[in-house]
Amino acid sequence: MRESLQTLSALRRTIARIESQRPAEAPRLVALGHARIDAALGGGLMAGRLHEIFAGEAADASSAAGFALMLATRLMQGKGAILWLRAEEGEARGGRLHMPGLAELGFDPGALILGVLPDTLALLRAAAEAVRCREIGVVVLEIGRKPRALDLTASRRLAVAAEKSGVTALLLRTEAEPAPSAAQTRWAIAAAPSVPLEANAPGLTMLEAALLRQRAGIGGLRWRVEWDRDRLCFREPVLSGLVVPLPAGRPAAAGAGQPLRRTG
Amino acid sequence: MRLAAVDAAAQALGLAPGLALADARARLPDLVVVDHDPEADLRLLERIADICDRYTPMVALDPPDGLVLDISGCAHLFGGEAGLIADWEALAAHLGLRVRPAPAATPEAAQALARFQTVPAPDEQAALRRLPVAALRLSGETVLALRRAGLKTIGDLAARASAPLSARFGEKTTATLARLLGMRDSRIVPRRPLPALIVERRFAEPIARVEQVLTCLDDMSAEAGRALEAREAGGRRFAARLFRSDGAWRDLRVETGLPTRDPTVLARLFRERIEALADPLDPGFGFDLIRFAVPVIEPLAPSQLRLEGGALAEGELAALLDRLGTRLGRGRFRRFRPRDTHVPEQAALALPAVIAAAPVAWPRPKAGEPPLRPLHLFDPPQSIEVMAEVPDGPPHRFRWRRAMHEVTRYEGPERLAAEWWRRDDGTPGLTRDYYRVEDVRGRRFWIFRHGLYGSEAEHPGWYMHGLFA
Repeated sequence: MRESLQTLSALRRTIARIESQRPAEAPRLVALGHARIDAALGGGLMAGRLHEIFAGEAADASSAAGFALMLATRLMQGKGAILWLRAEEGEARGGRLHMPGLAELGFDPGALILGVLPDTLALLRAAAEAVRCREIGVVVLEIGRKPRALDLTASRRLAVAAEKSGVTALLLRTEAEPAPSAAQTRWAIAAAPSVPLEANAPGLTMLEAALLRQRAGIGGLRWRVEWDRDRLCFREPVLSGLVVPLPAGRPAAAGAGQPLRRTG
Repeated sequence: MRLAAVDAAAQALGLAPGLALADARARLPDLVVVDHDPEADLRLLERIADICDRYTPMVALDPPDGLVLDISGCAHLFGGEAGLIADWEALAAHLGLRVRPAPAATPEAAQALARFQTVPAPDEQAALRRLPVAALRLSGETVLALRRAGLKTIGDLAARASAPLSARFGEKTTATLARLLGMRDSRIVPRRPLPALIVERRFAEPIARVEQVLTCLDDMSAEAGRALEAREAGGRRFAARLFRSDGAWRDLRVETGLPTRDPTVLARLFRERIEALADPLDPGFGFDLIRFAVPVIEPLAPSQLRLEGGALAEGELAALLDRLGTRLGRGRFRRFRPRDTHVPEQAALALPAVIAAAPVAWPRPKAGEPPLRPLHLFDPPQSIEVMAEVPDGPPHRFRWRRAMHEVTRYEGPERLAAEWWRRDDGTPGLTRDYYRVEDVRGRRFWIFRHGLYGSEAEHPGWYMHGLFA
């Protein structure tokens, strides 16, 4: 009995030591510039976490990639490098990343390192290493469809590594359905009609961003956002008449005091 | 057609190079003849030279049938010149080669002795003096002139004063003679430039396990690291050549983005390299020599640990890219540089991240404009069906990937001419009219018409070139 008490107290001490090693400071929150999104996220997107971005349909892959790039721009703020990992197959199907196009979104292509990998398994392995590298600001993993290698364990591994190193991991999923994962937030992105310029020309990038889920926070929200390339931030579309915030998956009367969360 | 070369059996039967094929056939009706292939001969010679790399890194080709090895300072590893020659003869016999090795003080003397020596001599100088003048390997006319003058051997030439010789037979004759006899300095030009640093391990008993090879590589990279530290340098490329006891060899190369001399980094890279080999390392009967070379070294100041302890985060990214590049292929990780061209497909130059370590600034877009270039680009562009006004109206609707898209907004055309000054075929190339279009659902596309109606093409095609965010 006495021995087991000693063991117990030794274990308690060990646990206390492990817990004291956890970073005491609050995670860094990066405001996205869009007041309502920032409010919903509790101040901004959490850096050093795993975030999932889904393309609603295959044709929205570019919008989702653009959203990932915009988030990366906000997260990095001109410092560090971004490692963008794609599979060969996705490169052939979805087109190459076009560097002048990245520059047009206000991102500096000089900070980008593109990795084109043979398959998803190699991609996840490379990402698991990259997420531990503190010199990288953001790692983007572009994974199409539903590969078997990407399961809850893989996403958990990424999330833990990201938390430890402070590198933000963005998991970009094209042609995929949301599934349980260890991500901090989960987004679904689709293209939205832009506010036309003179002579009915297509305007600034407009996206339909849905926050499907966030850990310890409300999910199932939907906004229409415009990317302001010159100020490098999201904003509400200028023509407010066009924009109707749509309460997704719940009646409009349900207030914020009664948060509905999607589980899984 | 004449015989270019004959084997020993044919020589015994009286055939010699230069004989007409018809004559040879008349003498030996069942003669086996193979086409002369000088390039294949040269390839074989290169292969043999690679095998000879085990004796010395200084190997020069002496086509069509010779190799010159500079074994200064290497022979003692094999028990002297005689030991080295015995080793080589045994290996050559194993490979089915007939060789005539000859050690000498100068490359020319060795070449001459290997080719022309017929009887043994007490020492090298005497042996050289007995050689025929053909051993100088001068042109046929000069050799004939020397013979006619009664000068049959090298000894005859060496006995005479050089001034009259060069006056009558040319400067080249005396120069060659001086080099042959070691009176003038002569060097070989090795096939490959010598690496900046070499570490070697020889094994009396060949090692046949990959773990042993790895341990040995760790050990050698540590030794190379110490040598590099003494020179305040670091390596960017590292090559290990594993020589198998049966003459085969295997090369392992790793490359780093920043100069390094850290043995743990190198050990890890070599491990990755071996794991990533498409066909695994086959030790066969074992490796009897491992050579570790650092071909390129760059200055690298001595490193200092941080005062408060902890690893340096600096260089972590470069190390990560080295590891990933070693495992998956260096071309898979790329950085991009802008190029001065308006052809969209060529706007960025992709370089392996290992060599393009420093990022380059890109031109910034004009403020207030929407994105004018797509995020994803199709290369080659994808053909689409478009409804548009003839001759140069904007697209109204188009079909791409079996789906119809109704255009609601468009901007264009942005006209890009082909770069006629870079074209080889002399034609100006087709002009492209680019449109930024948006469909009903808000998806934005970059499409173009290839060629102008009437002047350039009868029915210009339409293509999908990119997708905007």
